[in-house]
Amino acid sequence: MSEHSTPHVLPLRVYLGIGAILLIFTIITVIAAQIDLGFLNIVIALAIATTKALLVAFFFMHLYYDNKLLFLIFASSIFFLTVLISLTMFDTLRRGDIYEIRDINIEQDAIIYDESSSVGADTSGTNH
Amino acid sequence: MNTIPEQNFLTAEKGLKSWLTTLDHKRIGILYLISITFFFFVGGLFALMIRLELMFPQDEFFIKLDDFNQVFTLHGVIMIFLVIIPSVPAVLGNFVLPLQLGAKDVAFPRLNLASWYLYMFGASFALFSIFTGGVDTGWTFYAPYSTTIDRSVISMTMAVFIIGFSSIFTGLNFIVTIHKLRAPGMTWFRMPLFAWSIYATGILQVVATPVIGITVVLLVLERLLGIGIFDPTMGGDPVLFQHFFWFYSHPAVYIMILPGMGIISETITAMAHKNIFGYKAIAYSSLGIAFTSFLVWGHHMFVSGQSEFAAMVFSFLTFFVAIPSAIKVFNWIATLYKGSISLDTPMLYTFSFLILFTIGGLTGLFLGTLSVNVTLSDTYFVVAHFHYVMMGGSIIAFLAGLHYWWPKIWGRMYNEKLAKIACGMVFVGFNVTFISQFLLGLKGMPRRYATFTSEFAQLNGFSSWGAFLLGAGLLLTAIYLIHAVYKGKPAGNNPWGALTLEWTTSSPPPHNNFEKSPTAHYGPYDFDKIVVESTLDD
Ligand SMILES: [Cu+2]
Repeated sequence: MSEHSTPHVLPLRVYLGIGAILLIFTIITVIAAQIDLGFLNIVIALAIATTKALLVAFFFMHLYYDNKLLFLIFASSIFFLTVLISLTMFDTLRRGDIYEIRDINIEQDAIIYDESSSVGADTSGTNH
Repeated sequence: MNTIPEQNFLTAEKGLKSWLTTLDHKRIGILYLISITFFFFVGGLFALMIRLELMFPQDEFFIKLDDFNQVFTLHGVIMIFLVIIPSVPAVLGNFVLPLQLGAKDVAFPRLNLASWYLYMFGASFALFSIFTGGVDTGWTFYAPYSTTIDRSVISMTMAVFIIGFSSIFTGLNFIVTIHKLRAPGMTWFRMPLFAWSIYATGILQVVATPVIGITVVLLVLERLLGIGIFDPTMGGDPVLFQHFFWFYSHPAVYIMILPGMGIISETITAMAHKNIFGYKAIAYSSLGIAFTSFLVWGHHMFVSGQSEFAAMVFSFLTFFVAIPSAIKVFNWIATLYKGSISLDTPMLYTFSFLILFTIGGLTGLFLGTLSVNVTLSDTYFVVAHFHYVMMGGSIIAFLAGLHYWWPKIWGRMYNEKLAKIACGMVFVGFNVTFISQFLLGLKGMPRRYATFTSEFAQLNGFSSWGAFLLGAGLLLTAIYLIHAVYKGKPAGNNPWGALTLEWTTSSPPPHNNFEKSPTAHYGPYDFDKIVVESTLDD
């Protein structure tokens, strides 16, 4: 950070190397898109995209060499985004799942609480 | 006899322009204080209008049925976004934090002034919205109602958007200030606990606020372009709005309460003249609250139609929030044990806070329980719980802080006798208002209704009288505090005999805060090691 005045520079071959890896991953993405792997389609596509994004962040954007606090900020923003999306999906993916009520039968002649007398009065069970 | 120093930040420059262009964190704090107080009384006026309407069962006793929805919406929007969220950080945080850290100013003074201007800009949007159709959605702006009605929803939500940026800038500024500008010797664990709570609040402001910004932008796009993100006929989901909204607004509850908790840690040690019990536990529990507050938002949505699975998870997680809050309360009580307690006004407000916040917190556990919540949803029980936390917690803590630091800000002491009377009025008025509402809620009275049947009449009348007493108490507070600014007795540097750094400089502090840069030689509450002279002469 600002403690050292000269900017951190990596050797050119590192940049070129990372650039080459990114290109290779792009080719893999294109090839993978041709094959149908069922639910793995999205997993593979996202895994490749994440790896590429991390390479850009770590090397092109120098996150790997910078103050570790910056990495913490980066990681926590990913974490909170994950929380937002995953907990929301607890709802949206499982809407309409109704849990069965098992082993509890409503007794027709159960004593229903009545304010006016201490004895259960309304036992018809039909009205409120 | 104490005197006011000739050279201080209030006399350093003169004229309105010097205030509007100031970069001094102390003056910016006062700018915020004036604007927030103004909106507090506007929001309070709306509250009294609600209570006047609900004093008697008949319809349209005081306001038209249609206007009632606007009035409670404006009360909520103003009190939450324009008053409570900025109150403690922007007023007291601005004024006190750099002083407590032994710094000359915040890290980014220009950004600090910019955030006040953003706040005023956003507030003007809110006022514009009130005069051009108003909003009657409730402060939560739920879709699909908010996306379809013909009212000034766009300008009101843009007000929230802009004020959100003001809040983010304030939080960011304080985080950097705490990291970079602590005085020599001021290690992390020698920081006053108020600074810790401002730090945790800053994290919440920076992480959570963008989400409400994005949410209201989506709402505006939905209204303008009909993109359909919240519209089921186009594949959207109205409940999604509630998820996004509460992802911010639950942590926002802690943006509102955490700084207040920080104030209580300061007042309770200064007034009990005793080292805080469990410093690290309180410091870490602030961070613990900040973290867990992100995992529980769904407890506002138990009857929204979200999946049963999500409701169970959120209900379960909600109970974890109670742990760090309880840690704080128990530590404060333990701090009082065998302390030498002075019952000055800040301490009376601190006691009020402990009682009211505990009631508010515990009733929160009722509401966090899934099965109980289904019954109590949308009743006055929720309203009462929320006011116990927000008014009984945040605002009471803010008042404790104002009374505690008032002599530091202006160099003058308010009338203690009036202050104690007002504190009593606020405490009694508040409880009369909202205990009635707990009972109303248990009896099943729904919230947001302009009218009710006669069985609710007695408690509603009671609640209204409480609100008037509360309002009178607050008005009295404003009067004697303003009077003290001009006519109060000079208070001296350290009227309470506290140990944190802000009390080592003169009152009011000089423009650069300290005559010479301070060093922290001891912890903020080492009363067992240090003896200080209190300067309040009776
Ligand atoms: Cu909540």
